[in-house]
This record gives sequence, C-alpha cells and structure tokens, in this order.
Amino acid sequence: MKKIVILGAGTAGTMMANHLHHELDKKEWDITIIDEREKHYYQPGYLFLPFDMYEPEEIVKEIKDFIPKGVQLLSGKIEKINAAGNLVQMENGDQLPYELLIVATGAKIAPEETEGMKGKEWQQSVFDFYTFEGALALRDKLRQWEGGRLVVHITEMPIKCPVAPLEFAFLADSFFKHKDMRSKVDITYVTPLSGAFTKPKATAALDHLLHEKNITIESDFAIAEVDNENKKIIDYGGREIPFDLLVTVPTNKGDELMERSGLGDDLNYIPTNKATLQSQAYPNIFVLGDASNIPASKAGSVAHFEAEILTENIKHFIKGEPLKEEFDGHANCFIETGNGKALLIDFNYTHEPVEGEFPFAGIGPLRLLKESRMNHMGKLAFKWIYWNVLLRGTHIPFVSATMQESGKHFSAT
Amino acid sequence: MEKIIEGKTISVNEEGYLTNFTQWDKNIGEAISKEVNITLTPRHWQVISYLQDEFKKESPLSIRKIGKSGVVDIKEFYALFPNAPLKTATKIAGIPKPASCI
Ligand SMILES: Cc1cc2nc3c(=O)[nH]c(=O)nc-3n(C[C@H](O)[C@H](O)[C@H](O)COP(=O)(O)OP(=O)(O)OC[C@H]3O[C@@H](n4cnc5c(N)ncnc54)[C@H](O)[C@@H]3O)c2cc1C
Repeated sequence: MKKIVILGAGTAGTMMANHLHHELDKKEWDITIIDEREKHYYQPGYLFLPFDMYEPEEIVKEIKDFIPKGVQLLSGKIEKINAAGNLVQMENGDQLPYELLIVATGAKIAPEETEGMKGKEWQQSVFDFYTFEGALALRDKLRQWEGGRLVVHITEMPIKCPVAPLEFAFLADSFFKHKDMRSKVDITYVTPLSGAFTKPKATAALDHLLHEKNITIESDFAIAEVDNENKKIIDYGGREIPFDLLVTVPTNKGDELMERSGLGDDLNYIPTNKATLQSQAYPNIFVLGDASNIPASKAGSVAHFEAEILTENIKHFIKGEPLKEEFDGHANCFIETGNGKALLIDFNYTHEPVEGEFPFAGIGPLRLLKESRMNHMGKLAFKWIYWNVLLRGTHIPFVSATMQESGKHFSAT
Repeated sequence: MEKIIEGKTISVNEEGYLTNFTQWDKNIGEAISKEVNITLTPRHWQVISYLQDEFKKESPLSIRKIGKSGVVDIKEFYALFPNAPLKTATKIAGIPKPASCI
C-alpha cells in the first residue's frame, strides 16, 4: 500500500481527508491524518465569544467525528518532516513513511515576538482573541469592564482572517451601545497598513464605516513594544498610543516544526506554488490552508477552495500528469459590522473586492461590499455550513472554487 | 500617469510610485526625496540599493525583513525615513509600494 500522510486535522486537513477518502482507490492508498489535539475549534467563533454572542460549547467538537472511517487518525505532536527521506518524525520517536505529504498545520499567534506583549499585563489589560483561551479571558474581562480607552491592534501582516480585528472593533461599538456605555468607551483601531484594509475599494468602504461608528483609526503603526508600566503601545517611530484595554492580534506564524525541518520562511510558512499548491522544495509535498506562504487570505473559505483544486492536482500527480495551475487566490469573507449587519467580500489574486451581487449576478441574494441583514444571516449560517458542509468536503452549490467575475461591478467607482 | 522629473518623462501611478523601474536614476531618487522632505545621506543610499536589490530578486519586502537584513535595524530605518519608512523608501527607490498580502 502506498501512503498519504496529512499533517494537521484543522479546517484544511479535515477537508482533504474527506476529499481523498472519497476520490482515491482504497486498495491502493492508505491515508493517515495527524494532530496533537483531540478537539476541533471553529476559529471564526473566537470573534463572537468575547461578546457573549456564542457559548464556548458551540464552537468546539471532537476531531474524530469529522474524520471518515477508513482514514487513520493519529494523535500526537509532529516533531519534524524529514523531506529528503520521505519520513514524518513524531515527538514520541515514531516514524511514518510517506509517498505523498499534505501539510495543513495552520498558523498560530506568537506574542513573544513583540517586546513586552506577554508582560505582566497579559490577560490583565492586554488580550488576544485569536485563541480559545484568549477569547474566553477577554469575555470575562468585557463582562465587568467599566470603560475607558479600548485599543484594537494588529501587530504585523499577514494574519489569519485579516478582517477579524476590524469586525472586533465594529462589534465592540455595537456591544457597548447595547450596554448603554458607548459614551464611556473610546475605540481606536491601530494597524500597520495605510488604511482599514489592503485593497482600495474595500478600504474606502471600511474607512467610512469606522468613521460612522466613531472609531479612530491610527494607520502605518509598526509596533516596537508594549509598555506595561504606562499602559501604552509604542512604535518604531516613537509614536505612542495609550490604552486601558488592549486587544491585539500578535504576529502570526506557521508551526515551529517548519523551522525544525528547514522547510519554512522567516515566519515558518512553507514556500508554495500559488497556483498548484505544490511546495517549492519537494514535488511530493503539498501545502494548503494557513501553513503556506501564498499571497491569499488565511481563511477557512480559501482552504475550502484550495481543497477542491488540490484534490484534482493530487490525482494528476499520482497518475504522473502535469499539475493544473488553477488556484486563483479566491476568498469569500463575511465582515460583521455590528447591529445585526454584515458586508460580504469576494475576491482573488488579481481582482480586488468590489460591489455587486452574490452568488447570482443581478439577483444576489447577498450584496457585495454593502451592509445588509442578509449578509449577517450569512455569517451566522457559516457556522452551520462549516460543521456540516465545509469540513466534510462537500461542494457548496453555486459557489465555484475559482472566482466568478459576473455579478461584480468592476468598472463602478 | 506621466510626470516630469528632472526634465525626464516617467510613468507613475496615482500615488506617485514609478511603474517602470528602468526609468529610475539617482537624480529621480533625489527629486522624489525632496518632495517628501528627506535629505539623502550615504546611509539612505545604502538602504535604497538594498531595497532595489531585493526588488530585482522579486523577494517581497516587509518591515520585519528589513529589520533582519543586517543592512539597517528597524529603529534606524524609521530615523532615516520617518513615519512610514517602507512606503517612503520604496517610492524614492523607484520600486512598487510593497503590498502586504492579505
Ligand atoms: C478570530 C478568527 C476569526 C476567523 N474568522 C474567519 C471567517 O469568518 N471566515 C473564514 O473563512 N475564516 C476565518 N478564520 C480563519 C480560519 O479559521 C483559518 O483560516 C482556518 O482554520 C485555517 O485552517 P488550517 O487547517 O490551515 O489551520 P487550523 O484549522 O488552525 O489547523 C491546524 C491544525 O494543525 C495542528 N498542528 C499544528 N502543528 C502541529 C504539530 N506540530 N503537531 C501536531 N499537530 C499540529 C493543530 O493542532 C491544528 O488542529 C478566522 C480565524 C480566526 C483566528
């Protein structure tokens, strides 16, 4: 039997296990998936936990419930990939040989990269919401916080779900309004970018929303340190921003196993062909989800589109056929804007988010780059879709893996 | 868009970044630096040529990467090109504004 090993049973790895189990000849291929955790976390839920909009139980399930029978699930920490020897080395010393390796170990926060971030104020007045524990600690803080200066901050790009911190700022505005204490809270959004987002049209729309919600934006801020004594963040140019409550997105990095294996870049992401998803260093290693260095959003929706295309490419690879250069960077993200509304953006490597209708041109029902209640319903429905459709590797009707140009108003300014 | 700098016609985008690096020369760099109120010293030029070398190698630029380059540390980079150093320095260097991926 030939062996396929999948590293990581998060969003992307789980989808691949389901696709490959369905597509490959079981008499010929043996599929193993490895994760150090027992639980699967629905990370988009971390945005809602701090505001008591979700219960913790809603966003955690057992990994094993999503791995098809017939695929071997192995629990344990991966120590190293010995790419030259086609071997995965486990922390406990076990070695797994493979013919084909799929890396889906994701990205995680690294607060230790910034001086003072993990100082004495960590989880006292400095919080993250990119981990389950962080989001819960922040929920407890927000339940009793009496107001002051709230600073929502991005350390450096790239980060997972780059719109999540903006959504956090919008939801905070809405949360404090409902608690009748908005006047006691000053919200500042601090970003290393030049505006709310990276692409011009979406930036204009989002800058406008920030303004409308009375959220101050501080752009081009490259943090040098968190000053725990005086509760302020300071950038390399000497600019200082004081806070009473700092909600930061620390530097995101790939898993350290890449450093141990000599396979990652300076942020432990694996250099990967952005159209085929094959790793640049080894033809039998493929990468999808947050673990790669491709210039696409680090999002679950991206992993879903990648999984469809990668499955086809793995079939080509096995047959010795050329790979299809098909992945176009397609991303589709809801942006919560508070008060029961949301925006939707749909874009790829070459096309920035614009206004329009989705998925049907001229009809919708979802509106691109415009606030609507329907979009908010879409965002909430995403949780159900995630657990019941996405993870199982099922195709979503009417939503193709590559971006559709129809329904998008590219010429409109 | 086209713009005349030091008597030469060069193409730039809406933000004033050169769209064709081959049109760049030191005089153009000097002229852009005056527009952004920076007086270029030999130290500035060292950083500028590092950025241009990276651009030629098609290797993406970030503040983190420059901090680890061994050419300049982040503090000095800010001192040389205040406020938004990467944006300012790339503009003077005649290369595209780095797109932080999303
Ligand atoms: C706050 C927040 C909000 C988000 N909102 C959205 C959203 O609205 N829409 C959207 O599409 N996406 C959203 N995302 C992004 C989305 O969650 C990720 O892009 C997606 O989960 C990536 O999947 P992955 O499989 O690459 O990584 P993960 O799902 O993180 O899985 C990686 C797995 O690898 C395992 N692993 C790593 N290293 C090792 C090792 N050495 N040994 C053993 N196991 C290991 C981990 O335990 C983990 O289970 C959000 C993310 C966050 C943090």
